[in-house]
Amino acid sequence: MITDEQLRDLVPAVISILCRRGADFATAEDAVQEALVESITAWASDPPRDPKGWLVTVAWRKFLDLARSDAARARREERSESLAEGGPVPASEDTLELYFLCAHPALSPSSAVALTLRAVGGLTTRQIAEAYLVPEPTMAQRISRAKRTLAGKRLNRNGDVASVLRVLYLVFNEGYSGDVDLAAEAIRLTRQLRVMTDHAEAAGLLALMLLHHARRPARFASDGSLVPLADQDRSRWDTTAIGEGIAILQTALARDELGEFQAQAAIAALHADAPCVEETDWMQIVEWYDELVRFTDSPVVRLNRAVAVGEADGPLAGLAELVHLDESLPRYFAVEAHLRERAGERRAAAALYARAAAAASNTAERDHLTRQAARLNSSRP
Amino acid sequence: MTKYLMLKHYRGAPVPEGFVPMDQWTPEEVSAHMQYMSDFATKLQETGEFVDAQALSPEGTFVAYGGEGKPPVTDGPFPETKDLIAGWMAIDVDSYERAVELAGELSAAPGKGGKPIHEWLELRPFLEAPPTVTD
Repeated sequence: MITDEQLRDLVPAVISILCRRGADFATAEDAVQEALVESITAWASDPPRDPKGWLVTVAWRKFLDLARSDAARARREERSESLAEGGPVPASEDTLELYFLCAHPALSPSSAVALTLRAVGGLTTRQIAEAYLVPEPTMAQRISRAKRTLAGKRLNRNGDVASVLRVLYLVFNEGYSGDVDLAAEAIRLTRQLRVMTDHAEAAGLLALMLLHHARRPARFASDGSLVPLADQDRSRWDTTAIGEGIAILQTALARDELGEFQAQAAIAALHADAPCVEETDWMQIVEWYDELVRFTDSPVVRLNRAVAVGEADGPLAGLAELVHLDESLPRYFAVEAHLRERAGERRAAAALYARAAAAASNTAERDHLTRQAARLNSSRP
Repeated sequence: MTKYLMLKHYRGAPVPEGFVPMDQWTPEEVSAHMQYMSDFATKLQETGEFVDAQALSPEGTFVAYGGEGKPPVTDGPFPETKDLIAGWMAIDVDSYERAVELAGELSAAPGKGGKPIHEWLELRPFLEAPPTVTD
């Protein structure tokens, strides 16, 4: 019996086949979702020998039904216009073009994420809505608006890999993990992308995701509270995922096409490589942050770099880095609190932790920072 | 069934006797408090009375229409005087009495020294859809 994941692996290929036969993307995508729903009941009693062939046949029939219906007439007309202006769709066996289309620069980030999870990930609208804690009709609207934005745009193998990587990074990094594990889903999709593109940054992103995912079992205590990196039980890290992440990163770095995700993965790898927090190679981490600053010049990166400098050269050096940064940056006060505590300024650190808790953007961080303030206040001599 | 909002205030609610800010508790007391809140929500999910719970950041802004062709007008944040909502839990219960009972239970969350914080929660009924039978 085929697993849910194996089934969803087939989705982008089936959509691509329908599109190559002349279906427009929006209707093809709906047709494949309907075929998936039908597969649940049909396969329970009579599993097909060729699941992909079954899906193509049923989805094509669904497509014809949809295209015949009045609701699809307008879209079909748009399609014939777009087909008239373009040449034949190139035949290709892979589904890379679908990744590009769903991460099209004309889409807003939230639309690109939703469409990618549906058309490339094969998730249902309900599952995506639950993952982002919005009502299902809201997510359905977001997806159909995204499809309207893409109307007339054809599948194209020469898309922008960087925009796909940004979308997959967002899937990995944001969203509530309920029924669907978004981080695992992002890893699955990035793994497939890397096979198709041979792009150093795709490998970099996959390594980054694996290295962070490996630490997930240790990130939360049994009561759900956040455990910072330094306090994590490293025996709970997934060494298989770390090994795979490091191997992928090393192969990517050897190509000498450095990018933002490889630099981030290198930092994650240095943390993952340290048997205990005291053995962390902070000097090298600072150097990788320097690389990252060159690629992004983001104040958030500079703030994280200040933490690394604080470890490598002492808290006063870290605090000196903060002088150039804006207090309104997310986590600014949390970083200052950490450095002040290490510099022995416990009273100032406690007040800063309380201030950081008030500025936190999620409850796990807020509660953690409140506990840090409480720890310093309650142990004060 | 009536839906009620249990509102938790950063400011604007009466201050309970012996109030101690959370950063003056021990980390274990903070954890015990969070656990109580989370267990409470889980219990209401199990009884079929839970609707929603959200926490809000203390920083906020007032925004109003700025007039034809002009950007919206913003004001705030207001540091001292304004009533400030910290979060809420929405419940769907059979009676006002049940809503009061649950709000009282939530307010008994442990604080400093493991004692109930006696926090004042504001209980507000939702205005609902009109009933089918009105005469």
